Amino acid sequence: MMESLVYIALFTPLVSALFAGLFGMSQRQVFVGIVSSMLLFVSFIASALLAYHVATTGNSVSVTLMDWIVVANLSIPFGFVVDHVSVTMMVVVTLVSTVVHIYSIGYMDHDKSFNRFFSYLSAFVFSMMVLVMSDNFAGLFIGWEGVGVCSWLLIGFWYHKADAPREKNPSISPSWAANEAFIMNRIADLGMLIGLFILFWHTGSLQYDVVFAQIPELPSIVLTLAAIALFIGAMGKSAQFPLHTWLTDAMEGPTPVSALIHAATMVTAGVFLVIRAYPLFELTPEVSYFIAALGTFVAFFAASMALVNRDLKRIIAFSTLSQLGYMFAAAGLGAYWIALFHLAAHAFFKALLFLGGGNVMHAMHDELDIFKMGGLKKYMKWTHVYMFLASLSLAGIPIFAGFFSKDAIIETAFNEGTLVLWSILVLTAGMTAFYSFRQIFLTFWGDERHNIEHPHEMYKFALVAMSPLALLAVIAGWFKNDFNSFVINLLPNYEMSEHTHHLVWYLGAIVLAFALAGIILAWVKYGKGLKRNEKVENRFVYKLLANQYYIPQIYEALISKPYAELSKFLWKKVDMRIVDAIVDGIANFIYTTGDEMRKMQTGNLSHYLNWMAGGAVFLLIFAGLLSMLG
Amino acid sequence: MFEQIAFYLFSVLTAGLFLVTVLSRNVLYAMSSLAAGMVLISGFFFLLGADFLGVVQLVVYVGAVMALYAFGMMFFDATRDIKENNTSSKVVFLLSGGIAVLLVVIFAAPILGNSIEATYPPQEGLTNPESIGLVLFTKYLVPFEVAALMLLVAMVGGMILAGKKMDQSLTVTDEEMNIPQKDGDK
Amino acid sequence: MIGLNHYLIISGLLFAIGLVGVIRRRNLLMLFFATEIMLNAANIAFAAASYYYNDLAGQMFAFFIIAIAASEVAVGLGLLILIYKKHGTLDLDDLATMKG
Repeated sequence: MMESLVYIALFTPLVSALFAGLFGMSQRQVFVGIVSSMLLFVSFIASALLAYHVATTGNSVSVTLMDWIVVANLSIPFGFVVDHVSVTMMVVVTLVSTVVHIYSIGYMDHDKSFNRFFSYLSAFVFSMMVLVMSDNFAGLFIGWEGVGVCSWLLIGFWYHKADAPREKNPSISPSWAANEAFIMNRIADLGMLIGLFILFWHTGSLQYDVVFAQIPELPSIVLTLAAIALFIGAMGKSAQFPLHTWLTDAMEGPTPVSALIHAATMVTAGVFLVIRAYPLFELTPEVSYFIAALGTFVAFFAASMALVNRDLKRIIAFSTLSQLGYMFAAAGLGAYWIALFHLAAHAFFKALLFLGGGNVMHAMHDELDIFKMGGLKKYMKWTHVYMFLASLSLAGIPIFAGFFSKDAIIETAFNEGTLVLWSILVLTAGMTAFYSFRQIFLTFWGDERHNIEHPHEMYKFALVAMSPLALLAVIAGWFKNDFNSFVINLLPNYEMSEHTHHLVWYLGAIVLAFALAGIILAWVKYGKGLKRNEKVENRFVYKLLANQYYIPQIYEALISKPYAELSKFLWKKVDMRIVDAIVDGIANFIYTTGDEMRKMQTGNLSHYLNWMAGGAVFLLIFAGLLSMLG
Repeated sequence: MFEQIAFYLFSVLTAGLFLVTVLSRNVLYAMSSLAAGMVLISGFFFLLGADFLGVVQLVVYVGAVMALYAFGMMFFDATRDIKENNTSSKVVFLLSGGIAVLLVVIFAAPILGNSIEATYPPQEGLTNPESIGLVLFTKYLVPFEVAALMLLVAMVGGMILAGKKMDQSLTVTDEEMNIPQKDGDK
Repeated sequence: MIGLNHYLIISGLLFAIGLVGVIRRRNLLMLFFATEIMLNAANIAFAAASYYYNDLAGQMFAFFIIAIAASEVAVGLGLLILIYKKHGTLDLDDLATMKG
C-alpha cells in the first residue's frame, strides 16, 4: 500500500510530463494544463498520505524499484526512501508545484507554447522528486542534474527573445541566462561529483545509510575534503557566493518558473543536500562553520543588493538568495531541523510572493520596473493582500511563518556564541523588512506612475489556487513544535541553552525592532509615493549596490572575455593551424600520392610488367632478409 | 665427371639459346632457338633421373607446344622482322639483373634447409615412370583428372577463339593495316 | 660434383633470361616465348629438388606445370589471334587502350 503511494507520488509528475509532451508541438490546449495540474495534485495527495503515515507510525518507507548499476563492487539500486526529511520535501515540492501548475494555466494563457511549458514543468517536478526521494547519492545526483536540465529548459523558455544590452537588461536574454545558470551549475556539479567519488572511494557504497554508518571511522582529512566538495555542489545549486549571479539572471524565465524552481524547490536542493548529509557535516566542524559564515555573508550581501534594485522579480530573487543564506547559516551551525523548517516556510511565502509578482507583471504588460508602478492596490486587491502577507512573513513579523523560522535561525546564531554572525543576521532581518516593503509600497501604494488604463487582476481561479500558499505563509509557523518533534526522529535535535532560553524574548524583540524599523523606514521613504533623489542615486554605494557590486561585469571581464579570447586563440591558431592543418595535410598527401600514382596507369601492359618485376625484386629481397634473419 | 660435363654443356647451351630467343628480332629464329632450348632442358631432366618428365617435356613442349606456335605463326607475318620500342636496357638490366643476382645469392647461400622430409619417396626397385605412375594415380588422381579437364577446356577454348572466320586471311597488306576490319569486330 | 645449388642457380639464371624477355619485348608473341622460358626454368628447379630430396612431389609439380603451360598456350594463342584480327598488330604499345 505504502509502496504504491511512493510510486504514485514519484511517477505521476513523469506521466504528466509525458502527457503534456505529447501535445508539445500542437496548439494551446487548456485540458493539457488541467490534466497536468490534476496529476500533480494526485502526487501531492500521495505525498501527504505518506507524510501522515510517517508521522503516525514513525517508520520510513523504503522501496527498491530495480537494480540500476551493478558492476564489480559497485551496486546502485534504483531505490527510494520516504523518511521524515524527504517526506517534508515531497509535501512542500508537490504542494507548491500543484499551485504553480494551476496558476500557470492562467499565467501562460496567451503563450503559444503552453503545452510545452507544462511538459517541462512536470518534468522538473519529477526530477525534484527523484532528488529528494532517492536513497543513495547516485539517484540524488541524477535528480540534481535533471532539475538542472529542466531549469535550463524553463529559464530559456522564451529562447526566441533577442539579446538586450547589459545596460538595459542586466542578464541580456533568456537563452543567455539559461546557459549561464547551466554552466555555473556544471562547475559546481564537478565539486559534487568529486565529493561523491571521495565518499565512494572510502566507503565503497553510495547508499546513504551505508555511507553514514562508516563515516565516523574515516580520517578527518577525507571527511573534510568530501564535505568541501559536496558543499561546492550545494553552493552552485543554491546560488551561494561566488556562484550566485545565475539566480537573478534566471528571472528571465516565466514567473511561475521563478516561483517553483528559483524560490521554492530547486535552489533549496543545496540546503537539502547539507541536511541529508548531516552526519558528514557534523563531523567536520570547520567546514560547517564556513558554511554558516558564508550563509550569513550571502544573506547580508544579497539583501544589500535588493535594497536599491528596481526590478520586481530581481528583488524577490535577491531575497531568495538572502533567505538561502539564512538556511545555510542554520545548517552550518548544526540546527538542521531549523534549516529544514525555514526551507519549508520560505517555500510557501516566497512562491506566493513570486506568483503575486507574476500577477503584477501580467497587469503591467510585462513591465518590471517598480519605479513605473504604484497605486495598484485598488485594481488588484487580492494580489496586494497576498503579497502583503508574504512580505510580512518574509520580514519576520510575529504570527507569520517567517517569524518562527527566521527567528529560530537568529537565535541559533546567538546560542552558538557566534555574535558576529548573529549581529549580521539581525541587521539583515531589518534590511529584509525594508526591501520587501519598499517593493510593496512602490508597487501597490502611493502615486500611479504607470500609463495603463485599467490594470486588470489575475484570473479568479489563479487567485484561488494561490490561497493555500497564503494560508500556509501565515500559519505554517504555528506548527513549529510539531514539526520539531516530527523531524527529530531522523535529524539531530537542536535545543537552545538555558541562557538563551532566558533571553529569548529580548532577542526576539531586537529582531522585531529591526524588522519594524525597516518597514517604517520603507513607509517613510516610499509610502506616499516615489520621491527620487538624484544625489543619493549618484552615490558610489548606491551605484555599487544597484550594479550588484559589479560582479557580473567582473566575471565577464575576468572570466568570460579571457575565456572567449583563449577559445578564439585555440580555434584560430591551434585548431586551424595545427589540428586542421594535420588533417588537411594527410588528405593532401593521399590526394597527391594518388594523383602521382595515377601516372602508373598508362594502359600499356609492358609497363605493368615492369612494375610487377619491380615488385618481385622487392619480395625477393624481403624473402632473402627473412630467411637470413630467421 | 660425365655428369659435370653434361651439366655445364647443357647450361651454357640453354642459356645461349634462350638469350637468342629473348633478344632476336626475327620470330622464326626466336621460335627455333626456343625449341632447341626445350630439347636441352629435357636433358637436364634425364640427368636428374626424371626420365618420365624428360619424355613429357619432349613430347609436350617440343612436340605439341612448339607445333602450336608454329601453326599460330602462320596467322601472323613471320617473315618480317619485329619492329618494337624495346624497354630501355637500363630498366631491363636493373630488374632482371637484380632478380638474377638475388636468386643466385639466395640459392648459393647455405640457407636451404636439409630437414625436409620426403612425402613421396620413390619405391625401391621401380623405374622412374613406374613410381611416377604409382603416385600420380593414387595421391594425385584428382589433380590429374582436373588437369585433364582443364586441357579439354583449353582445347575447346582455343578452337573457338581462333576458329572464327578461319576462311579469312589475316595477313594484311600495308595499306590495309590502318583500316579497321569491320568484319572482325562482329 | 654437381649439387642442388648448381641446378637452382642455372634455374634462376634461365628465369632471369625469361624475365629479360618479359620486360624488354613489346611483342605479345615474344612475351609468350619468354613466359615459356620462365616456366621451364621453374621446372628444372622442381626436378632438381625432387632428385636431391628423393621426393617425387617435385616431379609431380613439374608435370602439372607442363600441363598448365600447354593449356595456356592453347588459349593464349587463340586470344592472340583474336587480338590480331581486331587490331592488326601484337605490339603492346599500340594496344595500350586501357589508359588510366
